[in-house]
Amino acid sequence: MSIEVIGPVVAAMMTAATPLLFAALGELVVEKSGVLNLGVEGMMLGGAVVGFAVTVATGSSTLGFVAGAAAGAVLASLFGLLTLGLLANQVATGLALTLFGVGLSSLVGQGYVGHPIADVPELRIPYLTTLPIIGQPLFGQSLPVYLALAAVPAVHWFLFRTRAGLVLRAVGENHTAAHALGYKVIRIRFLAVLFGGAMSGLAGAYLALDYTPMWAEGMTAGRGWIALALVVFATWKPGRVLAGAWLFGGVTILQLHAQGVGFAVPSQLLSMLPYLATVLVLVLISRDVTRIRLNAPASLGKIFYPD
Amino acid sequence: MTVPRLELSSISKRFPGCLANDDVSLTLLPGEIHALLGENGAGKSTLVKIIYGVQQADSGTILWEGQPVVIKDPHAARRLGIGMVFQHFSLFDTLTVAENIALGLERPPPMRDLEQKIRAVSERYGLTLDPARHIHTLSVGERQRVEIVRCLLQDPRLLIMDEPTSVLTPQEVERLFATLRRLSDEGCTILYISHKLEEIRALCTRATVLRGGRVVGACDPRRESARSMAEMMIGATLTAPTRPAAETGGATLEVRHLSTTSDDPFATNLKDVSFEVRAGEILGIAGVAGNGQAELLAALSGEAILADDGAVRIRGQAAGHLDPRRRRALGLAFVPEERLGRGAVPELSLSENAILSGYVAEPLVRRGLVHFGRARSFAERIISGFNVVAHGHKAEARSLSGGNLQKFIIGREILQKPSLLVVGQPTWGVDAGAAAAIHQALIDLARGGAAVLVISQDLDELFVLSDRIAVLFHGRLSESRPTHHTTVEEIGLLMGGLFGAATGAEEVPHGTA
Repeated sequence: MSIEVIGPVVAAMMTAATPLLFAALGELVVEKSGVLNLGVEGMMLGGAVVGFAVTVATGSSTLGFVAGAAAGAVLASLFGLLTLGLLANQVATGLALTLFGVGLSSLVGQGYVGHPIADVPELRIPYLTTLPIIGQPLFGQSLPVYLALAAVPAVHWFLFRTRAGLVLRAVGENHTAAHALGYKVIRIRFLAVLFGGAMSGLAGAYLALDYTPMWAEGMTAGRGWIALALVVFATWKPGRVLAGAWLFGGVTILQLHAQGVGFAVPSQLLSMLPYLATVLVLVLISRDVTRIRLNAPASLGKIFYPD
Repeated sequence: MTVPRLELSSISKRFPGCLANDDVSLTLLPGEIHALLGENGAGKSTLVKIIYGVQQADSGTILWEGQPVVIKDPHAARRLGIGMVFQHFSLFDTLTVAENIALGLERPPPMRDLEQKIRAVSERYGLTLDPARHIHTLSVGERQRVEIVRCLLQDPRLLIMDEPTSVLTPQEVERLFATLRRLSDEGCTILYISHKLEEIRALCTRATVLRGGRVVGACDPRRESARSMAEMMIGATLTAPTRPAAETGGATLEVRHLSTTSDDPFATNLKDVSFEVRAGEILGIAGVAGNGQAELLAALSGEAILADDGAVRIRGQAAGHLDPRRRRALGLAFVPEERLGRGAVPELSLSENAILSGYVAEPLVRRGLVHFGRARSFAERIISGFNVVAHGHKAEARSLSGGNLQKFIIGREILQKPSLLVVGQPTWGVDAGAAAAIHQALIDLARGGAAVLVISQDLDELFVLSDRIAVLFHGRLSESRPTHHTTVEEIGLLMGGLFGAATGAEEVPHGTA
């Protein structure tokens, strides 16, 4: 591989990591509050189709992103209502939300398949963007890529430096004690779930508006599940989510390039790579029980019965 | 006439199926230490939850320093100056001491100032604490200090303490009492809830007694005996268990050089634990929770399979590699610490719960099929034999009160005529009447020739039951001593980790991290 391709390859890796970052950071906040929402994939598809439709209708990709986030939050509120309000099982409801999102998005998106749109413009800074190697990755990306990167320290700061973040972690750690101290467990969790939905919606909108950019049925292709795995991989720490997202982004781009240069392995096998990497990393991470026990929110997935 | 700090009049609170508080009135004066007495289910917890704003009364009024108030949530209670130390600590294991304290304050200062304030208050009251430590590395006594310091930082004028000493060593209890007396001298009112009547006699100046949700009496604990107060609580005469002298036989349970290692960062590893329990005797193992009790129970029951087959021998047979069922086949019966979820499945009926451990010794299963008729009669034998109050054998385990479910579980094990019974916390959270019945049943079992091992944090209980007592500390077991040759103070020092040192109790070393 010659030196000139490094810049574009790293840039492509960062764009591949962006939807994972959005979705995983959102789910990380949700899980830190003690809720397990397995509906990430469904919420991403909801955000993708709604974001795409709004962009087609208005011609504004900014409005498309806003609408995508809103769509994710609406789907998440449905999940919140069922699991937090009506105390439904979180695992089953999350799976149902994914199935619901898959079906609903293909219904809504029927008229948009193959519809072309302009992608989000990339940053152009004279001299900087054309710098060798680092120019394109650092100074030649579209705005959402930077937004996702900025979300990493923002989420970390919120969780570990603010009082609201401390309360949220406390609720996820021991909801009975938090309730006894007078914190509104249900309300805090609902807000976290809404945030998670909006972030998943953003992730989907990014895929449809910028990454691809087009709408196709089931276009998230399992990225919602990878995002879920990333949260565990990162042992619920935002900085490690970034590392994980780049790792998976890297594997994705690697298999594309391997196919491009005619690597003598069936392309189906190469397409499996990111998912194989997910399984492998999850197995490795689970061997360290101590780290999981100390970082996992202790009330994760447990139903809170208000008294 | 001084204005009472808090005056409750005619408080009533109804839950589906029970009247938890029925026309309760209570007056707390400034600076007094007031005891709230009653059995489990008498309505004490509900009453303090109403005072602390966790629950709302259906009717009745609350006067705070003469003014009518509505305490709609714990935030409102804390703003009035009410602090509460919970029986089950409201702490968060993976957060630091300072973070935990910040969560309990209305307007916490920035972290650095808060850490200084914590140091200042903990020095003033002799409650040593490091604000940067994580909760899971603290001993139970230190965790309680976190709860208390959290309350003290808001300058409380009423401090509610719910069963604060159930997890402390006698020396820690003394230190706590010194703090509470000092607070009371400074004008803080303390509402003190405990089952330990001797402690109430030593600490409190007034007491209100609840039974079945109603106030049934008031007294000055200094002028009563523990027995008279217990009888006031249960509303009947109390029969203390009788204990004839033991006639011991051969060793039924032998534990030799038992050590464990665990991946779990919250676990305590056992270190070279050796002891034996002979037929006909009761061995008591004392110790503050988290010193290896859970690990020892798991190693004996077979929940944890041991590396060394010979580390545990039941009736002479090496049992370290055997699973729980095979150990039961050797004559072991086992009552775990947790009633719900371990000793019994909450959602299953009593007869189904009877099958779970009873099928090894009783003919309840034939060719893989459950014989429900026999299971039912087995459950009914337990219910009648141990005076379990329940709606028959079909009642769900979780519908029983703690004391009745514990009688059922202990009855289930005893009726299998074990040659060895291992019990964890036999009367934790069980009222005085049921506790006396359980103690008598354990003594009778031992006098019938079985070996009984009791692991408990309650020293009074161990002194009633045991022929010999040993202490577990940081995974190590002390030498056992005959009960009539030792004292509560001596065992208390051992519980604080002073193996071999007879005098000079200084700050106790701790920390499991």
